[in-house]
Amino acid sequence: MPFDEMLSNEAEPRPPYQRYFDWYSEQKNSDLIKKSRDAENIFRKTGITFAVYGKEDSAERLIPFDIVPRIISGSEWRRLAQGIEQRVVALNAFLDDIYHKQEIVKAGRVPRQLIENNAAFLPEMIGFRPPGGVYTHIIGTDIVRTGENQFYVLEDNARTPSGVSYMLENRETMMQMFPELFHLNKVRPVENYPKLLRQSLAAVAPPGCNGKPRIAVLTPGIFNSAFYEHAYLADQMGVELVEGSDLRVINGKVAMRTTQGFEAIDVLYRRVDDDYLDPMTFRPDSNLGVPGIMDVYRAGNITIANAPGTGIADDKAIYSYMPEIIEFYTGRKPILENVPTYRCSEPDTLQYVLDNLRELVVKEVHGSGGYGMLVGPAASKRECAEFALKLKARPANYIAQPTLSLSTVPILVKKGIAPRHVDLRPFVLVSDKIQIIPGGLTRVAIKQGSLVVNSSQGGGTKDTWVLED
Amino acid sequence: MLGRTANGLFWMFRYIERAENTARLIDAGLRMSLTSLHDREEEWASVLRSSGVFAAFSDNYPEVTSANAVNFLLRDKANPSSVLSAIESARNNGRMVRTALTREAWEATNECYLEMKDLLSRKTAEAELPGIIDKIKQYTGLIRGAFHGTMLRTDRYNFSRIGTFIERADNTARILDVKYYLLLPAASYVGSSLDNVQWETILRSVSAHRAYGWVYEGNYKPANIADFLILNGRMPRSLAYCYDKISANLSYLEREYGKRHPVQDTAAATLGMLREHEIQAIMDRGLHEFLQDFISQNSRVAAEIANAYRFYQD
Repeated sequence: MPFDEMLSNEAEPRPPYQRYFDWYSEQKNSDLIKKSRDAENIFRKTGITFAVYGKEDSAERLIPFDIVPRIISGSEWRRLAQGIEQRVVALNAFLDDIYHKQEIVKAGRVPRQLIENNAAFLPEMIGFRPPGGVYTHIIGTDIVRTGENQFYVLEDNARTPSGVSYMLENRETMMQMFPELFHLNKVRPVENYPKLLRQSLAAVAPPGCNGKPRIAVLTPGIFNSAFYEHAYLADQMGVELVEGSDLRVINGKVAMRTTQGFEAIDVLYRRVDDDYLDPMTFRPDSNLGVPGIMDVYRAGNITIANAPGTGIADDKAIYSYMPEIIEFYTGRKPILENVPTYRCSEPDTLQYVLDNLRELVVKEVHGSGGYGMLVGPAASKRECAEFALKLKARPANYIAQPTLSLSTVPILVKKGIAPRHVDLRPFVLVSDKIQIIPGGLTRVAIKQGSLVVNSSQGGGTKDTWVLED
Repeated sequence: MLGRTANGLFWMFRYIERAENTARLIDAGLRMSLTSLHDREEEWASVLRSSGVFAAFSDNYPEVTSANAVNFLLRDKANPSSVLSAIESARNNGRMVRTALTREAWEATNECYLEMKDLLSRKTAEAELPGIIDKIKQYTGLIRGAFHGTMLRTDRYNFSRIGTFIERADNTARILDVKYYLLLPAASYVGSSLDNVQWETILRSVSAHRAYGWVYEGNYKPANIADFLILNGRMPRSLAYCYDKISANLSYLEREYGKRHPVQDTAAATLGMLREHEIQAIMDRGLHEFLQDFISQNSRVAAEIANAYRFYQD
């Protein structure tokens, strides 16, 4: 039986859920179902959609929202927050080291070829230190739980994590629909995130910037799957949402084309991947980026958040070294555990993975969004056999992990509530300080028994409460 | 504000206006085809010409029938001016400039798109048409209401308004140009019932058949109809009214930005021309020539705006 976060047995709620459960027990299910539909309508009207790549017809979709909150006690959160902070400190220290002295490589703790042959490692960043010494400014740490006190970090998402707009809209919707629940429970606020993000970005403006730093959000455009979020964040922060075609390098600064001429930008929160950022440095066919922005960056005249080349820190192949990385830079054991990870690049390990495919989850090293992965226990014989061929052809392209028995939180169904697997993505802001937003995005597998929570694979979301206690 | 945002607002409101105009043309065409006085196909062909899509229609359909014309104008994706295409383009532009819109204005636009997409997902039976046209007017009206009620009167507002009136002026001029021969002196054997129906169609296409009666007290006269739609500054779809608004909004931009561009002069000259003319002089010189000149002048203003306010990368 997986660990259920709400109920310790059928009628017995765990402490953080007590007040919610009492309230829930007095509700009529038909009323809740109706509320659930109202919530969907709110999302539909606001246009909170995401795009699923490769599905022409239904280009824009709603992510299913479940109205049963996921509740975390104050003490559980404190431990999580400490663990996340430790990791974030280590990630930034690792990046600084990797692009300078590479002491961790010299100490033999991380293999050299894993860095230098990695597509996410950018030679352009060698010897360069971004303003404020911060590489990864916005992080979304994916965490799963398997028991009362067992938490694992699944991924570090240190490039351009998405989903924070859902965290905010979910809370907004819950407060609109169930104000009474927020009287019954002391829920720590998340809605100041855009303000904190703005302050955090302003705090890492280039040293030469005098006056109020000009900030902009760079989006690939309306066809990007997370466009809604880009627009939402720009709007909430009160900064311009720009596309590559709006920007140009003028007099050593990156400037945006306004109705009154070009205006320089100091901080660019980019939601465009490294490869597309500068056609003069990276992919020459990119029209999503800004020709010459890397020169401006290296001259210290703009801050790019997150810094180019941060992908080397959240790469799935590096992930398995995170415990060593944390110890190397913080001098302490990791507070949050890693999921045991098999590196398929190692021949013995590969054989083990092939022999145990049906019990493992196999992921592409550079993949994301749940694309191109195999969930052994849920896959058919044929799917496993096909995947084994891919694995043998390019072993270094894959890692494998045991299938964790993810915790469950109930969702609302026709006949009441029923447990579904969840994960958690808290969001972290790094500038001159580290701020962890109490809560985050809870993703939930809507299908019974499913372990895949990714929205591109039919997962939904929940509002996530951290209680004040 | 970004030049691209100004461009997005400008086109968002052009497309909303276009959706409404196309709906109005369908309405007028429907009305005409209900009167058994003359050739229905010819009437639909002229509606297609007014919408500027006759050639595109002919590429896609073997013959002009009521059902084909309605389908092409209402919901065909191959027609960029169809109601559905225009609303989709308006909404795409709206998404792109989401940060420049109020939540109310965006939600009204999104709602309009979702409803129309649903309503027009299949071919429409003739009996449903009046209901659908009402819905289009209703939803675009909601966008307008949300926009006027909530948007700050800043440059964002100005670019949106300019888009609306550039599109509207173009539309009114085209309707008149397709039908101008009806308004020529030689053709005006006043009083025949066929002419009355035709003139009424022109007025209906711009939702002005009732208003005409109030202003000109009485029968349809070609010169009055032309005067109403071209020079009457109180008629919200007339060329003069549109240019009054375009000029006013351009003046706001000039003041706010502290800079005058060539487009302010071009628009002012166009407005001056509309204010000074008498309708008889226009008709004597040639209505068709006048309208052709106007349409290209209007496009020039649009291009000069795009240029002055950096709508595009150069």
